[in-house]
Amino acid sequence: MRKLLFESLIRPPLTERPPRASNAAVDELALALDGMARRKLGRSLSIRAVDAGSCNGCELEMHALNNAFYDIERFGFRFVASPRHADVLMVTGPVTKNMREALKRTYEATPNPKWVVALGDCAKDGGCFAGSYAVVGGVSDVVPVDLHIPGCPPRPIEILKGLIALLDGANGKTGAARS
Amino acid sequence: MPALADLIEADRQVEHHAPWRRAVVAPKAWNLAVEQLVAGRWSLLGLWGEPGKVHMALLDEAQGIGVISLDCRGGRYPSIGQYHPPALRLERAGADLFGLAPQGLPDTRRWLDHGQWGISHPLTARPGVPAVAPSYRFLTAEGENLHQIPVGPVHAGIIEPGHFRFTAGGETVVRLEERLGYVHKGIESLMAGAPIERAAKLAGRTSGDSTVAYSLAFARAVEAALGVAPPPRAIWLRALMAELERLANHLGDIGAICNDAAFAIMHAHCGVLRERVLRAADTAFGHRLMRDRILPGGTASDPNEAGTDAIRSLVAEIRRRFPHLVELYDNTASLQDRTVATGRLKGELARQYAAGGYVGRASGRDFDARRDLAYAPYDQLTFDVPVLQEGDVNARVWIRVREVEQSLSLVEQILGRLPAGPTLVEAAAPEGPREGMALVEGFRGDILAWLRIGEDGLIERCHLRDPSWFQWPLLEAAIEGNIVADFPLCNKSFNCSYSGHDL
Repeated sequence: MRKLLFESLIRPPLTERPPRASNAAVDELALALDGMARRKLGRSLSIRAVDAGSCNGCELEMHALNNAFYDIERFGFRFVASPRHADVLMVTGPVTKNMREALKRTYEATPNPKWVVALGDCAKDGGCFAGSYAVVGGVSDVVPVDLHIPGCPPRPIEILKGLIALLDGANGKTGAARS
Repeated sequence: MPALADLIEADRQVEHHAPWRRAVVAPKAWNLAVEQLVAGRWSLLGLWGEPGKVHMALLDEAQGIGVISLDCRGGRYPSIGQYHPPALRLERAGADLFGLAPQGLPDTRRWLDHGQWGISHPLTARPGVPAVAPSYRFLTAEGENLHQIPVGPVHAGIIEPGHFRFTAGGETVVRLEERLGYVHKGIESLMAGAPIERAAKLAGRTSGDSTVAYSLAFARAVEAALGVAPPPRAIWLRALMAELERLANHLGDIGAICNDAAFAIMHAHCGVLRERVLRAADTAFGHRLMRDRILPGGTASDPNEAGTDAIRSLVAEIRRRFPHLVELYDNTASLQDRTVATGRLKGELARQYAAGGYVGRASGRDFDARRDLAYAPYDQLTFDVPVLQEGDVNARVWIRVREVEQSLSLVEQILGRLPAGPTLVEAAAPEGPREGMALVEGFRGDILAWLRIGEDGLIERCHLRDPSWFQWPLLEAAIEGNIVADFPLCNKSFNCSYSGHDL
């Protein structure tokens, strides 16, 4: 272990340069966010992941955000274990009928101010699962969505760009609490 | 002792079922097959329904694979689960989806149907009105000072949803019961009547971590049904993708298991290697998870030289880094203290449930579809199938470690012999209904795909069976007597799929 730790000291970091916020995401945000002040949150956002029916592909790329290449925590984002600790719900999948209630309750358990990010193509409108007897549809059919990050699954860098846009877009605006 | 082949030959064989045979049997032969399952001579590979019919795929290790089907008069058939528990949840799912009632089934609670669909028996020709969902009664445990811990469906991490109900005496788990079905998307109903291309997309989205293996299983089943031979280059590229997927998942799992024992340095280093696999896959095939890259008839992408070079340097990088991590795992006593003798799965159970992948192989079940069914190109490749007897978390880690090494060698062999030529052939429309089946070794275990293509060239019925069906119940057995705090460790060492199971 000592050798590995020592090597880590002398090897250059793997972590990549921060990406620029994606423009499309910024535009979407300008519409979606009536505003939330970064000064309220500081430069940190706590994210609670909710799989509402995904194939688990989006989860894999969310996990990748924590690896040394993307190192999401350097931007102040943190995945937390409870909706009670969260500012952002990151929801994946077409929402299945069997998960609709759990998603609603998770949303209600998240304190204001809060945002919802719908991650992946299925989260937008149910994707290729739309129309099934077991699927409600996209995330916005169950809870209000502030930002959508497309992809099947979105690459980690795209998720990162979307999140940075969320943070930048929130800057300087006043909060709109949702009941 | 009857042979599976005799049983199938003795009854009405179905024409155009490939590559293995299928027969519609009488109840007597059905019961005979159940006896063989109970005696442990055959293994249950799958059990699925159709309106008014039930099918069972069987593995006779000496004789191969066969499917037997039974007409269900009045929607009833004799329950297999009452004698052979691995069939229990499959029968409950069949009852939910098709309204098929297994006679004598000891557990008649609904499984996938949580009373939310607005209809009942959705896969029958005329789905019924929803019956009032009875509240789900969890199994009980009796004793002094027992308490229950409900967990999920929303878990404390980036994980899929499912409910775990622990009954514990102090720190010790007395009983764990799983309740699944939360991510049921109705994939089989979406496939029914769909063109092959759309069904292939759905198959690749059954379990995201196994998208290559599912696409391959589906493609092979279609090719078997239609008698299509994909070009040689495609066959080798598919195996290349399958091994890259195995590498990525095993590397991720090894790190994540250690992380659940709070040993974060392994997680960090394995995470880097996993990311490198995904990046090489992206360079070679144009998608990090290689989704939609395998199609019936071949592959959708063909790596150029830059792509194969990326994979070559990936192999070199893993060969350089991985041995140090294995050494670290092996020499850290505090980590071994958590994994050795934890979550032990007995060999008898692994065999009874025909548990695939590292779950089975860590508990002495020596089965690997790549070797035992020797589908191309694995019949021309050299590799070992690691098997251990201990059945604990540690053994499941070591099986993965050994399989990473084998996959590296396989990737090298494939790259060294990759034939040139086209990668996709068109399939002609069938002249009548055709049935096909495939069993493919995913990273988690063997995935079964069975389908019937109608005269119109559309999918009439497709069934996909995830290895998790036979692994989830074993997790309940493996955790018994362990402490609650070791559950994440045990769970991660199984790493069952929720989406693949719930479908």
